[in-house]
Amino acid sequence: MLNVIDDTVNPVEPFLRTDRMPHIWCPGCGIGTTVNSFARALIDSKIDLQTLALVSGIGCTGRVAGYVKLDSFHTTHGRAIPFATGLKLANPKLNVVVYSGDGDLSAIGGNHLIHAARRNIDLKVICVNNLIYAMTGGQTAPTTPGHATTSTNPYGTFEPAFNLPHLVEAAGAVYVARWTTFHVRQLSRSISEAFQKKGFSFIEVISPCPTLYQRRNKMGDGLDTMKYYKEKSKVKNGAPTSEVGLTLNGEIVVGKFVDRDRPDYQSMMRAQYVESLGDRYIEEPEMECVCG
Amino acid sequence: MKADPHGVLTGTHFIDGDHACCEGALAAGARFAAGYPITPSTEVVERFAARVPMVGGTFIQMEDELAASIALQGGVWGGAKAFTVTSGPGFSLMMEHIGYAAMTETPCVFVDVQRGGPSTGLPTLPAQADMMQARWGSHGDYEIIALCPNSPQECFDLTIKAFNLAEEFRVPVMFMMDEVVGHMTEKVVIPPADQIEVVPRKHTHKSVEDYLPYATNGDMVPEMAHAGEGYKFHVTGLTHDERGYPNMTPQTQDKLVRRLQNKIRIAVDRICLFEEDGLENAEVVVISYGITSRVAQRAIDMAHERGLKVGKLRLITAWPFPDKKIVELAARVKAFVVPELNLGQMVREVERAAAGKAKTFAVSHAGGGVHNPEEILRAIVEASRC
Repeated sequence: MLNVIDDTVNPVEPFLRTDRMPHIWCPGCGIGTTVNSFARALIDSKIDLQTLALVSGIGCTGRVAGYVKLDSFHTTHGRAIPFATGLKLANPKLNVVVYSGDGDLSAIGGNHLIHAARRNIDLKVICVNNLIYAMTGGQTAPTTPGHATTSTNPYGTFEPAFNLPHLVEAAGAVYVARWTTFHVRQLSRSISEAFQKKGFSFIEVISPCPTLYQRRNKMGDGLDTMKYYKEKSKVKNGAPTSEVGLTLNGEIVVGKFVDRDRPDYQSMMRAQYVESLGDRYIEEPEMECVCG
Repeated sequence: MKADPHGVLTGTHFIDGDHACCEGALAAGARFAAGYPITPSTEVVERFAARVPMVGGTFIQMEDELAASIALQGGVWGGAKAFTVTSGPGFSLMMEHIGYAAMTETPCVFVDVQRGGPSTGLPTLPAQADMMQARWGSHGDYEIIALCPNSPQECFDLTIKAFNLAEEFRVPVMFMMDEVVGHMTEKVVIPPADQIEVVPRKHTHKSVEDYLPYATNGDMVPEMAHAGEGYKFHVTGLTHDERGYPNMTPQTQDKLVRRLQNKIRIAVDRICLFEEDGLENAEVVVISYGITSRVAQRAIDMAHERGLKVGKLRLITAWPFPDKKIVELAARVKAFVVPELNLGQMVREVERAAAGKAKTFAVSHAGGGVHNPEEILRAIVEASRC
């Protein structure tokens, strides 16, 4: 078993497909840091890894699915959440984590994001927000703050950006938190907390893209970004999500914003069927018949 | 194995093709469906939504067809047999996920109750104009299987077949209905469960240590595992090696994509189903499928009354295309007559396979109704004179 005192073994190593290293992420990229926090949350929450499945979309963060030693699905662009929805409904015993980027989850997948939150389907969504499309070369995302320079807004962006915590709270998420890749322990704790929640949880992690976002916007390298996160982040647990929008080089409000309870999709579904059908409702899918 | 009796509504029914398709799916063991409403297909999932809570399974209405077509694949990897149902505009939206299913070898069924297009076209009226889209709609090289029922009874029988083929070959199967077959009400006999053969999932028996998700044996179809069983496997739409890991080399691409094609191509003779009649002495063969085959039957009968030597070949499997059968017939008949509710789709395949050895006469129809048998008869008469 895992021995966290043995300093010759990185404690997160058992959670990784080490045969796939080195990974593709750039020096200074924050995605690997978030995976570290995720792995530590798995250790802390003592979750049964056999019941855990991870689903990603497409993009830099979408590659997380390929590096974790779990049942892991690298799906299509924007569709991690509906895939995860099908997975969870077919096998309710699974703990399903969606791990993807801001462009994947909030642009091409934005409709699925709000509907999954509305349904309160029991998924844990970790959204690594680097404020840009990184894999494709630094194009504007729905999260890119105004006036930032991107490859598709070379004279500066002017579209208003999504405030993701506000969006998912309004749509119905039961747990909403935001941290930066500077807040590795707080992030781990939030992921562990989300595992305790039944329903749609959303954790946004503000993360550097030194190659495309920081460089184009003259914000320095990965280390400079850590300093920026340290200086400009303000922990405001319970902050109204309407007030946590991001600006270029501005303050980053972090913390746990929403922690509430409402029935999740499958509980509501069961209750409705029991009410309408009584004994005629067969609750457990009979998976045995599929495999012979 | 035999069908799970919970899902089999044994008896004689008077139901339409959409409802029969749903019963076929339940009999085949489908316990998960994700859908999005679209005419003229919605009745399939409406019935599923009513039936499946009492069978032990789940239906979810998703927010769009993109979601439906990938949620069903999540359901498959969660251990269920799963399908979705749509019509032209929705089928267009599902194309990316047909490619994903082909690439990840996710066994599943896409039902397309065809209506007139392009675009919104004729929501309540028939066409057979998605046939090429079913074959080629997603990007890249891949093979799928497509079946074409021509009656509510076949909507039941062939839906089971569609699920069985999906499981055997780990491939998405297109179930190409049309509005008339979908909304036509006829007698449908559903046999007892112990008379229905269903193909179980090709689940691995290997240990966690020995399991390689995309390693293949002689038949080129890898063994599957489900999430939550401890295999800790990885599935990706990227080009992948036997471990399921992304690998961007031309060699891996070649090996994978050729296998995805060849696993179907080597089994063409087994997959290709057709109904034939009077081919022995035929000078002209009418090739049709779906609802058009029933109109064609009338035209063939009229031609027989005139003493013409006409045979019938009804395609039950449209894809893979039965090249061998066409090549064999082209060598000995004068001509093929191909009526279809489009402006010329499967007729191109007939022409290609015939390779000039027999003439081909298309009887096109833009959709919105079915052919008049006289139109087909005229083509038969013309073909007989060539």
